[in-house]
Amino acid sequence: MTQTPETARRTPALRWVRGVAGLAISGVVALAAGAAQARDLRVGLSAEPTSMDPHFHNLGPNNALRRHIFESLVDTDAQMTLKPSLALSWTPRDSTTWEFKLRPGVTFSDGTPFTAQDVIYTFCRVPLVENSPSSFATFVKPFTRVEAPDPLTVVVTTDGPLPLLPTNLTALGILSAKASGASGAVTFAKGNCTGMGTPPRSTDFADPKVSVGTGPYLLREYVRGTQIVLAPNPSYWGAKAAFDKVTMKPIPSTGPRVAALLAGDVDLIESPAIQDLPRIEAAGFTVTKGLSNRIIYVHLDQFDGPDWKTPTIKGSDRNPLRDVRVREALSKAIDRKAIVERVMGGVAQAAGEVLPYPLSGTTKDFPIVPYDPKAAKDLLAQAGYPNGFEITLGTPNDRYINDEKVAQVIAQMWTRIGVKTGIDASTASTFFTRRNKFEFSAYLSGWGADSGDMSNSLNSLLLCFDPAKGLGFTNRGRYCNREVDRLTVEAMATFDEAKREGLLRQASALAMKDYPLIPLHFEVTPWATAKGLRYAPRIDQYTLVMNVELAK
Amino acid sequence: MLTYLIQRFGQALLTVAAMATLVFLGVYAIADPIDVLAAPDATPDERAAISQRLGLDRPLWMQFATFVWRALHGDLGRSFVYNEPAFTVILQRLPATLELAFTALFIAVAIGLPLGLWAGLRAEKPTDKAIMGGSILAFSLPNFWQGLMLVLIFSVTLGWLPAGGRGETVRVLGLDLGFLTLDGLRHLILPAMNLALFKLAVVIRLSRAGTREAMLQDYVRFARAKGLRPARIVGVHVLKNILLPVVTVIGLEFGSMIAFAVVTETVFAWPGIGKLLIDSINRLDRPVIVAYLMLTVCLFVLINFVIDLIYAALDPRVRLAEANT
Repeated sequence: MTQTPETARRTPALRWVRGVAGLAISGVVALAAGAAQARDLRVGLSAEPTSMDPHFHNLGPNNALRRHIFESLVDTDAQMTLKPSLALSWTPRDSTTWEFKLRPGVTFSDGTPFTAQDVIYTFCRVPLVENSPSSFATFVKPFTRVEAPDPLTVVVTTDGPLPLLPTNLTALGILSAKASGASGAVTFAKGNCTGMGTPPRSTDFADPKVSVGTGPYLLREYVRGTQIVLAPNPSYWGAKAAFDKVTMKPIPSTGPRVAALLAGDVDLIESPAIQDLPRIEAAGFTVTKGLSNRIIYVHLDQFDGPDWKTPTIKGSDRNPLRDVRVREALSKAIDRKAIVERVMGGVAQAAGEVLPYPLSGTTKDFPIVPYDPKAAKDLLAQAGYPNGFEITLGTPNDRYINDEKVAQVIAQMWTRIGVKTGIDASTASTFFTRRNKFEFSAYLSGWGADSGDMSNSLNSLLLCFDPAKGLGFTNRGRYCNREVDRLTVEAMATFDEAKREGLLRQASALAMKDYPLIPLHFEVTPWATAKGLRYAPRIDQYTLVMNVELAK
Repeated sequence: MLTYLIQRFGQALLTVAAMATLVFLGVYAIADPIDVLAAPDATPDERAAISQRLGLDRPLWMQFATFVWRALHGDLGRSFVYNEPAFTVILQRLPATLELAFTALFIAVAIGLPLGLWAGLRAEKPTDKAIMGGSILAFSLPNFWQGLMLVLIFSVTLGWLPAGGRGETVRVLGLDLGFLTLDGLRHLILPAMNLALFKLAVVIRLSRAGTREAMLQDYVRFARAKGLRPARIVGVHVLKNILLPVVTVIGLEFGSMIAFAVVTETVFAWPGIGKLLIDSINRLDRPVIVAYLMLTVCLFVLINFVIDLIYAALDPRVRLAEANT
């Protein structure tokens, strides 16, 4: 060992060295003193909107943010029931014409009045958005004519019956024609509108001067990845905004998001992890939970085309999932109550059909398939599988709440009735690509009905897979029942609301009798708020500042 | 010298080209971006339209050829998600990461060097043992766990510092800088500490070893015999000599701090390029992923290139011409 130089002991140099180290530490402590608390609302978002342009990307976070700044003609409340917004009323004149009466006395945040011109401008602009990764153009595609007989009336003519047009319009934020650069009168002509000037590009909307809407808030600042700052719109027609300043910060990782709430960095967070909820509540924060429109289900491959080999199934030379008894057995083998209580911590609701009551076209107390492993085994034996078979269950592992854990529990439950089940979990982006290539014979997935309507769920999940007609596009189990198709398609063209809902109820009940897929549960969305605040849950899972209530 | 430069430059180009191919094909193999980008209820027509808009409907070799051709013209493609040039998207996030890396570097040197000196001067004493024990801890802790613990202690339990985010920024010369405001500084401390801890430990160990070696050198004895104040001996003569290895290692580590601040940026929701990379991977925003990795490759190639040159300049024993033999 080398000796320590004696000079080094208690020397000025040592003191200097120690001084610098000490200074650095005390600096840290000094800076740690609390900053002034402003009177505002700070929100921790689980996903960042990809653009300020309300028509760029049809994506949950974008649509939620849009509702603060740009209102639509028709809006939805927390239960996804339609309510008047910029339109006071909407009535079908005939099977292809809708008339909208606009709200009088509404002004944009820049002070210009809102008229039918802005509506026409918006419908014209939507298909012009460049490079949209997920376009809103589909909503205006059926429009053949849009006219304004007077400044507060808009008449839309479509190329076929479209009873859901008002619902579709809840997705379109109305732009100010003037702030967007329209010079004179805008006229609608399919693919060839006139008088639009140069429409703003998507990136232009990051500028508060371009982001001009009629909503309760206006854009103050947008720094991508860091924050979105909103301020109250002084000329808003409705109830005055409750907060002077709203700061939205994207914090995609769950752990840091919960930490931000606990540390007091933010006042509201969306989707805290279920396992963190007891801790958040114990620390004095408020947790509110609301049923969502998202079903978690297991799809079963029922395809029997020529040369088709069912992937991932062993121990059978045909596709056992084509036998309704096998599908019923697999459904009865699952203890939904246990999954909801143990895996989901009670934050979910067992499902019988593909959309929860009270959404449009659903049935109250729709029967839930009972847990009955003995009956399941008998059914398997009847179907010719007394010793079961082997199957692999595909699942994403970062898309839905506890998705992989749920899949693991299902695998155990299936194995218990003799269907030896393995798990193939992958990240969402990879999973959906593989699913769309039909790589799984059984997979766990979820579906949120954005329109809050049974026709959307049936059309996506259960109608016969027919890409040409645009039906059953997410029906990767390829269940097909022509009667279900007939009822749903008829409902989609029926204007009478009661009759429409009746047809959808009938279609859903008929489909579920075939065990076309295995409904597991509806997700329940949690929000957590700081003291003095409470979030009123929304079935569409959106986090809207307008739903934040001040506790009395 | 010129031959050496040309040769090194050629190697660097080859590396960049090889990486471009690997990265592009690798990201292509992950999955189809349409499945993530398109609304789940998009009809096949709409999906095809999006595919066409983004150029994803063409065969792989054509997409690759377009990518190479554009890259040669300085265009790394447009972000699928943000509809802006991928390079612009990255540049917007770069100041945040640079600020974090520089602060971490500053912390590592400002705290590590004095502590290392102190430990070196008092070798085998309890202070030395405490400092060395601490440094072992600092570089054996997993980065993300350490970050979560920092948040748990300083934000959640003590409530001294914010748990994440960047705080207030000021625009200076077109760059948004956070360390000029009190709020920005408060947000900077924890992530910078998290990023710095490992380097801090390295600096401590390097400077301690250097100090112990230097204190036994003849020039220190002569200086002492000459009657120089101990402060001057340590502060000028010893410090100068131990700085060389520290600068070399820190220079190398700086590149990795910029490129791989991913964990820290994720834990602290820091809006830098690391977080951008994670977000882009989740959304399969291929142009951004490729541009980011290309940028990283170029950064490392550049750093290595510069280090080679500096070595040659610093140490006459390194003969550049030798590279030819």
